Amino acid sequence: MLRLRNVKCFYGRIQAISGVSLSVRQGEIIALIGANGAGKSTLLQTISGLLSTWEGEIEFGKSSLAGLKPPEIVQRGISLVPEGRMLFPPMSVLDNLKLGAYLRYRGRERNQVEKDLEEIQDLFPVLRERSRQAAGTLSGGEQQMLAMGRALMARPKLLLLDEPSMGLAPFMVQLIVETLQKLKESGMTLLLVEQNARAALQIADRGYVLENGRIVLDGPAQELLADEEVKRAYLGKDYREFTDGRM
Amino acid sequence: MYKRLVFIAVIVLTGQVVSNPYDLQLLTFIGINTLLALGLNMVMGYAGQISLGHAAFFGLGAYTSSLLTIHLDWSPWLALPFTLVFVGIVAFLVALPMLRLSGYYLGMGTLAFGMIVFFIFLQWRSLTGGDSGLIGIPPLTLGPISFEFGAAPFYLVWGIVFLSFIVCERLIDSRIGRALRSLHDSERASAAVGINTSRLKVQVFVFGGVLAALAGFLYAHMVTFISPQTFDFLMSVKIVTMVVIGGMASVWGSLFGAALLTLLPEWLHVFAEYEMIIYGLILVVIMIFLPQGLTRGLLDIYEHFKSRRKTLPKSHEG
Repeated sequence: MLRLRNVKCFYGRIQAISGVSLSVRQGEIIALIGANGAGKSTLLQTISGLLSTWEGEIEFGKSSLAGLKPPEIVQRGISLVPEGRMLFPPMSVLDNLKLGAYLRYRGRERNQVEKDLEEIQDLFPVLRERSRQAAGTLSGGEQQMLAMGRALMARPKLLLLDEPSMGLAPFMVQLIVETLQKLKESGMTLLLVEQNARAALQIADRGYVLENGRIVLDGPAQELLADEEVKRAYLGKDYREFTDGRM
Repeated sequence: MYKRLVFIAVIVLTGQVVSNPYDLQLLTFIGINTLLALGLNMVMGYAGQISLGHAAFFGLGAYTSSLLTIHLDWSPWLALPFTLVFVGIVAFLVALPMLRLSGYYLGMGTLAFGMIVFFIFLQWRSLTGGDSGLIGIPPLTLGPISFEFGAAPFYLVWGIVFLSFIVCERLIDSRIGRALRSLHDSERASAAVGINTSRLKVQVFVFGGVLAALAGFLYAHMVTFISPQTFDFLMSVKIVTMVVIGGMASVWGSLFGAALLTLLPEWLHVFAEYEMIIYGLILVVIMIFLPQGLTRGLLDIYEHFKSRRKTLPKSHEG
């Protein structure tokens, strides 16, 4: 569905991603894990068109995404749940959701949008309770749900999630994870970027490990969960083993 | 709906009650300034794009229509659509490079644009009459009615203000309005949900410019005399002040801001040389105590007193 070949991304003259190749198949959850500054968010921003300075090939379906602006990429069916949620804080929850369907709010599709609005509020009941409230007054977890709901309002084929668990209580993380699973069951394809590697790998089909702008490891999620190297670096296990001999 | 009926009633009633031509003209000027503030409020209050050159569109509207009617003998009604289209095109061409800027730089860019237009009015003497301006602009007429003096221009201008209010309110409640407000919060987030931010910014800029051109058209044919000073940098600043004092992102705020900034100088004439000092002082005080603008500020005060009245009896019981 989505295929990246030898993608390199630049911020000015600084190269943040140096040749990443990865693929996402229809109906999969793919986890992209890695430490701070590994380039995970950069990669998602590149796919969604927010970062336009890149080289290589990105194909979605049968066509290339090169040179497309964010609205065109949303139109093709890729929506981003951005890092830090990026809601519109003074606007109501309902208006935030409606903005997600911005490109669809024309003539024929209008009724469908109203239906989707109900569907999203069924998925996140708390958003219905707070629909008239300003988005900025929601708690962190509620804001994350709103960000996901807003992205889903565009009816994407592929959902990109940038650190959905960031700064949330464990209970909330669990809720988000369950929602992602529900989405997968309904046929959605997900590309998930996470620092919370354990949560991400537990629901993912496959995973990629990103380090300093390169993929250093990839494979089925279960294998990655069991991998010693991943355990050491990202799961915080066998800490003793890691420090032994130095102390 | 209810609000709109009240608005119409107030307009009609005012037109009936006020008979002094001076007062009527003042009220008509408030209407024209409201159009200017309304257009800028869409650009600045809603979409968050500052413009310090809004008076340029006001002036372009006035000069274009005046020149067409004076030199080519066009009827003002024929000149109107041409003027709006022309100024719309200018606004579009200016917006294309300008709206790539943001923040202070956008302010400086629009400021420079306003200056350039002002100096064209001032220096292109053969066409614009330079310093002394243009005289003998034909007033608007419709059959036997002339919209030059008295109640007729008042009704015309306020009728247009009323329609513009409806257009703006509908726009703000639509998907376009939501997109504009989202732009104010974060351009990046707007882009992420699929909004073509640069196109939207250009569109709202053109909309504001055309509304200002309409105000310029009305002004020129009502006063029948224009000169560059009316459209200088200070006028741009004045329109910005109307928006800020009245209330950003508030349609009614444009009306209150325009009314205050039109009436205040008239009221303060009695203070003679202290006029400007008091004028500035009032604006500063409003901004300190009602930083959200008059509309929000007065609503807050009203709600404050309403809630106090509710709690007072209780304290007596205790």
